[in-house]
Amino acid sequence: MEKKIFERPYIKKIRAGMPSKFGKPVKIDPLPFIDDLPVEELIKQYGSPLFVISEKTIRETFRKAKMAFETRYPRVQFAWSYKTNYLDAVCRIFHQEDAWAEVVSGFEYEKAEKNGVAGNKIIFNGPDKSLSDLKKASENDSLIHIDHFDELYDLIEVAKKMDHKPRVAIRVNMDTGVYPIWDRFGFNYENGDAWDAINRIVRSEKLELSGLHCHIGTYMLSTEAYRRAASKLGELAVRAFHRHNTLIKYIDIGGGFATQNTLKGAYYQGYDTAPSFDEYAESITSALLDVNFPDNKLPLLILETGRALIDDAGFLLGTVLANKRLSGGNRATILDVGVNNLFTSFWYDHEVNPVKDTSDHFEESTFFGPLCMNIDVIRDAISFPLLRKGDQFVIKRIGAYNMTQWMQFITYRPNVVLIDINGSTHVIRKMEDLNAVTAGESVPDHLQKI
Amino acid sequence: MNPLKLTIAVTGLNNTDNPGPGIPVIRGIRDSGTIQPRIIGLAYENLEPGIYMHDMVDKTYTVPYPSSGTGNLMERIREIHEKEHIDVLIPNFDAELFTFMKGIEELNRLNIKTFIPTLQQYEERHKANLPEYGKKYGVNVPDSFTVASPGDLKKIRDHFDFPVVVKGKFYDAYIARSQEQAEIYFKKISAKWGVPIIIQEFVRGTEVNVVALGDGNGGTVAAVPMRKLYITDAGKAWSGISLDDTSMLDLTYHIIRSTKWKGGMELELIRTSDNKLYVIEINPRIPAWVYLAVGAGQNIPEALVRLAMGIPVQPMKTYKTGIMFIRYSYDMITEVKEFEKLTINGEL
Amino acid sequence: MKLKKSIAISESGFVFDPMSGESFSVNEIGMEILELMKQDQPVDAISEYFVKTYDVEASDFEKYFYDFIGMLRQYQLIEDNEPA
Repeated sequence: MEKKIFERPYIKKIRAGMPSKFGKPVKIDPLPFIDDLPVEELIKQYGSPLFVISEKTIRETFRKAKMAFETRYPRVQFAWSYKTNYLDAVCRIFHQEDAWAEVVSGFEYEKAEKNGVAGNKIIFNGPDKSLSDLKKASENDSLIHIDHFDELYDLIEVAKKMDHKPRVAIRVNMDTGVYPIWDRFGFNYENGDAWDAINRIVRSEKLELSGLHCHIGTYMLSTEAYRRAASKLGELAVRAFHRHNTLIKYIDIGGGFATQNTLKGAYYQGYDTAPSFDEYAESITSALLDVNFPDNKLPLLILETGRALIDDAGFLLGTVLANKRLSGGNRATILDVGVNNLFTSFWYDHEVNPVKDTSDHFEESTFFGPLCMNIDVIRDAISFPLLRKGDQFVIKRIGAYNMTQWMQFITYRPNVVLIDINGSTHVIRKMEDLNAVTAGESVPDHLQKI
Repeated sequence: MNPLKLTIAVTGLNNTDNPGPGIPVIRGIRDSGTIQPRIIGLAYENLEPGIYMHDMVDKTYTVPYPSSGTGNLMERIREIHEKEHIDVLIPNFDAELFTFMKGIEELNRLNIKTFIPTLQQYEERHKANLPEYGKKYGVNVPDSFTVASPGDLKKIRDHFDFPVVVKGKFYDAYIARSQEQAEIYFKKISAKWGVPIIIQEFVRGTEVNVVALGDGNGGTVAAVPMRKLYITDAGKAWSGISLDDTSMLDLTYHIIRSTKWKGGMELELIRTSDNKLYVIEINPRIPAWVYLAVGAGQNIPEALVRLAMGIPVQPMKTYKTGIMFIRYSYDMITEVKEFEKLTINGEL
Repeated sequence: MKLKKSIAISESGFVFDPMSGESFSVNEIGMEILELMKQDQPVDAISEYFVKTYDVEASDFEKYFYDFIGMLRQYQLIEDNEPA
């Protein structure tokens, strides 16, 4: 006789109540395949937890974004934001798609060089550029985006010893109707600092003011803010031309586009509120097209969007380690995925999908990670189908920031596997081992013997 | 004329001391005489009184919250539609409207009719956008700004003197008389409705309200002004009276004409001591006190259903003034069996 | 380890405790366990039944069973409140 499928027995108290923020649980679809490869097989072959990146999704997403802008504006260039995900394989996919590199440190700059990006296609952002960084970037004819006056004077010093003028832009922060204003980066528009910086660059005669840059925030759900930002940069460019006869060659609108992840504290699901590439593109390009640029020459529009290009392509696969009942009777589920791997769980309510078809019964649980540390919570109060030890799950939309902000804490970081467009898998970062983690350590003689 | 047989789905069955508009809307429809309705209740929680009011609601189904995503809610509506063949759907919560607007194409495809504002109309009247709205349409509004974190509350002092009004994205409004109170209300509201929170200048005066219905082409089909006579601790009207006030009607006509508002709306206004009207909020749906309008001679729920069905409605220009509503509570008796059916099967 | 006598279990998976006025929902497996407990079946017999009928090992079943009993105890649905 065929035995029946066993589901964990379960009883829950019925909440009697009036409308509140949390409602009837809804069916959660299983996610058994990623790009047609069975999740079970991937875990069997490469272990759990496991990061999986879909090359197909990256290329499709990139092309969709490019199309949204290029159909609205004649001169568009994307630059891959290294900090979002700087695994070499990932960066190279974007470079193959013709994206430049956008880096924010000497380390990221080295990575871009190693990936074969030409110096004049590297945008160097951020508040931390050493003198030697500035020198190298100047020699390589990279686009240096100046963050503060101290850096501006450093760069003028560097430029004095050069036989060509370094190409620079200033980063501008401004009021776009979105708060808080990211005024810690760059020069403020409203208080005149940005204009002041432009004047000093031009007067120095050592630097070539090529562009204007802004990055108004992160996870921006308002496309209107981009419209305002693009208008203000456009206005600065026109003013620079009339005052100094300086032609601004490009406007870099930065990144910050939202993805469909749901921010903690948001009422609606991210996939209902996140604007599409078309909506962002419409706001930005229509604002630029409204500006009366000198001689009707439109500047190059540079975009540094990172998150929106890579989030959907990343998956984190994991396994249930245990079920527990907490002192108040609440359920707890312990996963082998923790905040060490999923840094973004600090600000998103990540969507989790079971791998197999599940029961219709839901229970409210908390998803804890495996770390021996209280803050290791992946999802607070999630309503989820009953899980048993050994059940596998997939966390979607994790391609951005996790594979850079992850921590080597308590345990090794897992394998990262790329599924290429033909459906073949490649380990693009192998799981750490003791040697990898301790490679930089050394033990003084007097501690050799214990 | 034969009455129109229609299946009408209605949300907002929470007819408690802080009532949703569902039951008053249903009463209006049932009173109409021209519509013979089958009322389908859509409930979010198992104790919404309307579920158990079988003389008002013929059948109730539970539905997932809008916060669970448009796809999930629409899937449930599809399921219900297969059984019930819904003709008209009347959403009664602010928080739902966004979701139904997102799902409007699907509703059209299913041939479920609605009469709700467009996404643009909905967004621009949003509390957070009110200052711009005032400028654009030439109406007086209090100044306001939005905050996303408690730290931002420090900015209150740069903008206003206390008291200020602390408002949630959809619901809840508190008058904060100090920084500390503002912080408390911020936490209270954001825990329930998320961020952003709106900080609004406090306008002194008498609060008056209008319930109205716009035809989507700039015409006002119905409008009845009212003053609350007594307000509960939760800030809800306990009693109110219809007013003869041309300036309020003119303002309503102006707003509906210039925005081409489609659907029900509630204007919350403050009349200041120098007799100016300030718009403090525009709710994009019928309010819970709509039955006062029915009582005063303008059956707004009936008119809304007819408009949704594409039947022209003559603008209602008159109503009786001095009509009052007084809310009361009532202990309905039911059995745990009923509760069981709804909770386990999701329908009753 | 006995279920409270007054507890009403309906086929739909709805459990009502008239003493506390609380109601609960159970899944099919939980309901079967409750039925067997109502018939005062000993733990061994319950386990034997499940291992025979379902695709589950005895040790696994024990783990989930006691977890379930823990929930019943938490909800005060069990009469003698001694640990099993």
